[in-house]
Amino acid sequence: MEIEDGAAALEARDLMKVYRMGAVEVSALRGVDVDFYKAELVVLLGPSGSGKSTLLNILGGLDTPTSGQVRFGNHPLSFGSERALNQYRRNHVGFVFQFYNLIASLTARENVALVTEIARDPMPPADALALVGLSDRLDHFPAQLSGGEQQRVAIARAIAKRPDLLLCDEPTGALDSKTGILVLEAILRINRELGTTTALITHNAVIAEIANRVLYFADGRIVETRCNATQRAPGELSW
Amino acid sequence: MTSLDRKLLRQLWKMRFQLLAIALVIASGTALLVMSLTTIEALEETTAAYYERTRFADVFAHAKRVPEYRKREIGEIAGVRLVETRIDERAILNVAGYLEPVVARVISLPDNGPQLLNALVIRSGRLVDPTRGHEVVVSEPFAEAHRLKPGDSIEAILRGRKRTLEIVGTALSPEFVYAIAPGGLMPDDARFGILWMGRDALSAAFDLKASFNSVAVSLLPGADVSDTVRRLDNILAPYGGIGAYGREDQTSNWFLESEIAQQKNLSRVMPAIFLAVAAFLTNLVMARLVDTERREIGLLKALGYTNWTVGWHYFKLVLAIGTTGVVIGSLAGAWFGHWNTELYTKFYRFPFLLYRPGPVAFIVSATISLTAALAGSLTASYRAVRLPPAEAMRPPSPPSYRRLFTTRFAFSGPDEPTRMILRRITRWPGRALLTSFGLAMSAAVTIMALQWVDAIDTLAETVFERGQHQDATIAFDELHPLKAVRDFENLPGVLSVEPHRYLSARISRGHLTERQGIIGVPESAILSPVFDVSRGRLQIPAGGLVVSRKLAELLRIQIGDTVVVQLLEGHRASFSVRVVQLFETYIGKPAYMEMGALNRLAGDGRVASGLHIRMDAADRSGLLARLKGIPGIASIQFRQAAIDTFFDTMGETIFIFIGFFIAFSMTLSVGVAYNSIRIAISERAQEFATLRILGFTRWEISYILLGEVGLLTWLAIPLGAAIGLALAWWMTSAFETELYRVPLVLQNSTYGKAALIMLASVLVCAAVTRRRLDRLDLIAALKTRE
Ligand SMILES: Nc1ncnc2c1ncn2[C@@H]1O[C@H](COP(=O)(O)OP(=O)(O)OP(=O)(O)O)[C@@H](O)[C@H]1O
Ligand SMILES: [Mg+2]
Repeated sequence: MEIEDGAAALEARDLMKVYRMGAVEVSALRGVDVDFYKAELVVLLGPSGSGKSTLLNILGGLDTPTSGQVRFGNHPLSFGSERALNQYRRNHVGFVFQFYNLIASLTARENVALVTEIARDPMPPADALALVGLSDRLDHFPAQLSGGEQQRVAIARAIAKRPDLLLCDEPTGALDSKTGILVLEAILRINRELGTTTALITHNAVIAEIANRVLYFADGRIVETRCNATQRAPGELSW
Repeated sequence: MTSLDRKLLRQLWKMRFQLLAIALVIASGTALLVMSLTTIEALEETTAAYYERTRFADVFAHAKRVPEYRKREIGEIAGVRLVETRIDERAILNVAGYLEPVVARVISLPDNGPQLLNALVIRSGRLVDPTRGHEVVVSEPFAEAHRLKPGDSIEAILRGRKRTLEIVGTALSPEFVYAIAPGGLMPDDARFGILWMGRDALSAAFDLKASFNSVAVSLLPGADVSDTVRRLDNILAPYGGIGAYGREDQTSNWFLESEIAQQKNLSRVMPAIFLAVAAFLTNLVMARLVDTERREIGLLKALGYTNWTVGWHYFKLVLAIGTTGVVIGSLAGAWFGHWNTELYTKFYRFPFLLYRPGPVAFIVSATISLTAALAGSLTASYRAVRLPPAEAMRPPSPPSYRRLFTTRFAFSGPDEPTRMILRRITRWPGRALLTSFGLAMSAAVTIMALQWVDAIDTLAETVFERGQHQDATIAFDELHPLKAVRDFENLPGVLSVEPHRYLSARISRGHLTERQGIIGVPESAILSPVFDVSRGRLQIPAGGLVVSRKLAELLRIQIGDTVVVQLLEGHRASFSVRVVQLFETYIGKPAYMEMGALNRLAGDGRVASGLHIRMDAADRSGLLARLKGIPGIASIQFRQAAIDTFFDTMGETIFIFIGFFIAFSMTLSVGVAYNSIRIAISERAQEFATLRILGFTRWEISYILLGEVGLLTWLAIPLGAAIGLALAWWMTSAFETELYRVPLVLQNSTYGKAALIMLASVLVCAAVTRRRLDRLDLIAALKTRE
């Protein structure tokens, strides 16, 4: 699946997600339509509980929508098939989570290798770690790394497979501003150098200034879309 | 190596003690299984090889006196391959320096050529020279018991005549793998020996020229044993035949086969217990591992690992534990098996021992053990497979405790720490129950092992102390008139005498028949009366048959039924008789009648075939010396000797096995307790660290941690007692044979001991693991999830 520049890399149409807990129904998504373009950096903003994570999980093939469609490079995702979703994640999607989610018993290099071992066209783990500026931390265990370093290992792990999509759920949520900026710089660099379509959730409106486009979420819907005329570099930000 | 495998290895290392505890439980099960299976294999293989090499006969028969020319007729029975006639008599030996008279079987060796059947295996010296009548080969165990060697001589009373015999060799015989004296129960090598002599010399001594009184027959493959038995009986009946029998009823072989059967029984029960617990333990540990690694599992799937890969990853962990257990268990089992088989050869005398277990025993054991461990982890692995990848995105959340009405009600009283303990137990009731159950199994195994001591004690006490009061039992070689019995009463040192009459017989009801002799006792027997295990001494009615419960069961008879008795001795009378009483006994399946009535039905006068005597301890040695010289005595049994050999034989083996089982049951309780505590620690490290920071002391936290296991241990005691009782009951009924019924006796102290042993192992685990709490790293615990 090759995606041309400027074409929609990922399209979601009329996505609905209802969580059922006994008699109570929670509508997490109430009809979301959105396109992500090749090499674009999109930031998702919105209050807690508005459905951002739910959308990202569905786009990344981690979760299935109650109704609606997702097309990736003109192919619909078959949410009915676990195998197909697994292949999609394995070959096209990189995830970065708020709580790093490194495997505590594996070193930085091994955490990255976990992905490169099963990917189709990966870069060497050391290269991926160099991209996030961790060349000197290859053999450290997560417990021996700071939070920011752990998050950069997680980014290296996400991009080592050269994904088409990089999905980050509050990657700076647990970090101070200085470390957060390092992490954002790493993400931006991947986005630029590898042309990876990137979606990033944050609670921090300042961070939105690095994006090409900002989507505002409320109550399970996208309520506003704003395009940034100019992207600011993470280094210029402060919070 | 893949990163995933690296993760696995580090996981194994981190949990090594927990996993080792499980592996040891699996190893116990495997070891027991391997031990039993290889012992069975070795005994069967050794027996088969021994029988084959020595041409052990297929059918045996005894008679009073058969003319030698009748041998041809026996050889002509369809299916008979070889016939060997011989003389088989009893004798009393006087061994220099040994006070008591020794009972011996004296068996003839062919005068011309080698033995065709039941060939001796010479262990030292040589066979006898047929032309030299005073030469004799003795059984090796007997020789060892008295330190006799070729060149020594012994004194024997053959049909009342004293003879000095020269030992030229020692030997083992396939007919006496388990060598017991007539009427005995266990091998007593000092008091029972076998002598082999030239046929000529023996026929002269017993007045059996050109005759035989015993015959052994081997059959062609496919020949019908029962048909041969019937035809042989017909030929021998006119000559005082007392019933031919096949190999399966040959005493030594019968004991050997029942021993193998019991070993098979054992191989089914015990490993099952251990492997069930192993399955439970792997389940416990894997379930908790999958629980704590939910996010890792989700992550792996988010990264594109398939469900199958993730499931396999956890399965491999169990495979590693299982394999460790199986390897340790197989090695230990092979060692135990060899040792166990050798233990057998103390009582079952083979000239060689084939312990060369084939792969089958190990493959079977490994398969069963691994299956148990893997089955235990199946639900956990399956949960790992089923976990959705979105799990990785969720922040860690605390376990949700429920506030049920009942818990609110029940927990209103105790303090906070106690409440925490109770909440945890009610939060995971299934897990708590299984932990209790595992500990209970450990106590139950101990109870079952210890109950054998109680049972054996009771058996010996009932049979030998409450049921019998004679000091010695004498069997005559010919019937004695009751008047002659008086002569014994007058011997110095004899306090009282009680005659009895024994007759071999076949008892039948309908199509069911049992070969079972009938014992005739005086109406007012005191020394050796009919004795019921719970009702005590029974008065024997003047007419009618008194039947043991086991025989009644085999013949399906009840009080009031009529049975047909075919006597196999004397006039070989046949008569019908009513069953007037049933009684319960632990040994054998005897039947009794009043002696006078039995004599009348047999067509004899007032006669006895033997007598019980009580002697004065002060005159004992004098009396024993006298008895050695009295003609007409075929054998003497001493009650005290029977008790001693009973405990010697049982005692040693039983205590070793009890030791075994206690060690195994401790592995069990340690496996369960250690894993429960470690799981509790890792699940609650954060909670404990928080409590420490809030100001709780180490001891208060230890209480919260160990209180849970403590409570479950107390629960396990009554549960273990109940399961132990059931298990003991099951074992005793599984081990019931025609020879023994081990009573189900459980002293209160046995429950106590089992509980103490379990408590001790739990305490050791608690002490070892509690030290981890002292080393609790407060900062790390608050940072990490594990
Ligand atoms: N597994 C679930 N079961 C039930 N309800 C859920 C589940 N996951 C999310 N929800 C509900 O769906 C809604 C949207 O959740 P979502 O996680 O997408 O919000 P969010 O925008 O990412 O919030 P935050 O900024 O706090 O992370 C919330 O109301 C949440 O309670
Ligand atoms: Mg969220």
